[in-house]
Amino acid sequence: MASVKDAVVLDLATQSLRDANAYLHEHAHELSGKTVRILNPAGLHSIAAGANVDTRIEIEGHAGYYAAGMNRQAEITIHGNAGCGLAENMMSGIVRVKGNASTCAGATAHGGVLVIEGDASSRCGISLKGTEIVVGGSVGHMTGFMAQAGRIVVCGDASHGLGDSLYEAILYVRGAVQGLGADAEEQEMTPEDFADLERLLELAGFSHEPTEFKRIGSARQLYHWNPDAAQDY
Amino acid sequence: MRPRIIENKMSQRPLNQEENASYDRHTLAYIHLAAERGVYDIRGLGAKRRLPTLDDLVFLTASASRYPLEGYREKCETKTILGTRRAAKPIELDIPITIAGMSFGSLSANAKEAIGRAASEMGTSTTTGDGGMTPEERDSSQTLVYQCLPSRYGFNPADLLKADAIEVVLGQGAKPGGGGMLLGQKISERVARMRTLPEGIDQRSACRHPDWTGPDDLAIKIEELREITRWQIPIYVKLGATRVKEDVKLAVHAGADVVVVDGMQGGTAATQQVFIEHTGIPTLPSIRLGREALDEMGVTGQIQLILSGGIRTGADVAKALALGADAVSIGQGVLMALGCNSHQWMDGDQAVDATADYERLGVSPGYCHHCQSGLCPVGITTQDDQLQKRMQPEWGARRLKNYLQVLNMELTTLARACGKSNVHHLEPEDLVALTVEAAAMAKVPLAGTDWIPGDPSRG
Repeated sequence: MASVKDAVVLDLATQSLRDANAYLHEHAHELSGKTVRILNPAGLHSIAAGANVDTRIEIEGHAGYYAAGMNRQAEITIHGNAGCGLAENMMSGIVRVKGNASTCAGATAHGGVLVIEGDASSRCGISLKGTEIVVGGSVGHMTGFMAQAGRIVVCGDASHGLGDSLYEAILYVRGAVQGLGADAEEQEMTPEDFADLERLLELAGFSHEPTEFKRIGSARQLYHWNPDAAQDY
Repeated sequence: MRPRIIENKMSQRPLNQEENASYDRHTLAYIHLAAERGVYDIRGLGAKRRLPTLDDLVFLTASASRYPLEGYREKCETKTILGTRRAAKPIELDIPITIAGMSFGSLSANAKEAIGRAASEMGTSTTTGDGGMTPEERDSSQTLVYQCLPSRYGFNPADLLKADAIEVVLGQGAKPGGGGMLLGQKISERVARMRTLPEGIDQRSACRHPDWTGPDDLAIKIEELREITRWQIPIYVKLGATRVKEDVKLAVHAGADVVVVDGMQGGTAATQQVFIEHTGIPTLPSIRLGREALDEMGVTGQIQLILSGGIRTGADVAKALALGADAVSIGQGVLMALGCNSHQWMDGDQAVDATADYERLGVSPGYCHHCQSGLCPVGITTQDDQLQKRMQPEWGARRLKNYLQVLNMELTTLARACGKSNVHHLEPEDLVALTVEAAAMAKVPLAGTDWIPGDPSRG
């Protein structure tokens, strides 16, 4: 692997994705604290998937499906757009996309922070399990579908079905909401919400005021099949 | 039908007790219950209705035209290798009988541990379920298949890297097209934590995967799982049996190393009764369809087929293998070996009667399907601290090992009698059907004839 300045360079024009990912997995110890630049990603799928390394990874272009999938520890920046399932099931670290993200960004993700500077498509944060997602632009339909824990901050607008079947995740939207999904409701902002928002906006690098956002949470009416029937089934 | 006549002492006229075939007592009870509760019936286990099954087939064992093997002296191989197509480390099992995916949550930690111990002793695999991998099952299971389900409850890369194989679950026979359920009674503090859910809610799992849509996406998803696991371990795709031929072909297209087909007799810990009884096709026709799909794709020998859904006996295993399965998977039979529906549980070496606990669920031992309630009288499908102590892992493991051993002995008995020195050499030619339905579904002749309904060359 050629070293350019301090960065380790993995060029997907000259080496296979499989080799590049294997390098990230097998050299985690020596890569700690370093920077890895992935050149010519060319929309390939699963770039840096399964990384478990305390490293900055710069993906210099567009990424396909499942970029940064199941990430642990790594601080991954995609200098382009990302395909379906960006950072799906990530556990920790920070994943940042300079462009837009396709469907299901941050699906089922458990921890860490996901920043999408542009727009995110439908079902962003689906079945979210703890990750904090900040979207600089707008989000597509069914964002936060069945989201269980974590936060989704939307600096632009949200399409219909927002927060459908929400559990305990909290969504914040700055712009217009085209429509809420089943069991999602607008709720009053608390001091904790303002503090969380301030922290997340600062971390993501957006200068909006927390007071510009509204909070969407679960009305918890779907938590039991039929409240009238108690547990009698 | 002749009306039953019962003397009416009040009027001296007979009461009319003519059964209505459309609105029989079963249907009436269903309508009354629906009207009372306003929520559909949710229960555990699998289809209860009578279906064409493997029981409708018999073996044509050796006689003058075939040469049998001696039961005790001559070896009959049962070794089974799964996932040979792409994985660097395929799964090697001593027997072709595996344990189906059942979650911690639906089952107690003790039950999971017992299953792991028994499977390891018998040299076979166990499978996690919708709720993640517990340390108990990883530690007790020599070979553990890690399920990737739509909900992704408790799914994480650390456990993924501890798995011996991955099973991407698209559906299950009890409820193809439906998501899992776990009712509030079973969402204990530990289960809730593992699934990132509030304690005590009625959990409804998603029915579709969150990050892919359709077989072309699935191909990319499978590749991601391979990248993360370094192309070391096999990837199974599990399907509920509906359009088996098409679905198996698409699973192959998506890159599966092993395809698991779960027929409609397959069990569940909890789902709508309407799903259990009215969706999917029986296990019997699923086997041939799955094998035909692999044959037509030219991948027989490279991609393995596991069949599940109501496999109970060694005869079932042998017939499934003869019809084209490389292995079978068992769920409900495993629970019954652990004591499901038994009238008693063991406190040390003391048997304790559980009839009263069954009665509290409104059933007698032998008729229970209330896995969803979390009040399992024998401690298997529960998260209750006291109840789960009723199933001691050592005791359960011993019983389950015995059961698996019997299945394997019966399997080899039949294989030897068919003249096979390897159970995987059993073939459709070894079977005939007792009913026209079974002959058509299994595509073997009706006993005593050459007739295979639907086969133009044998019609």
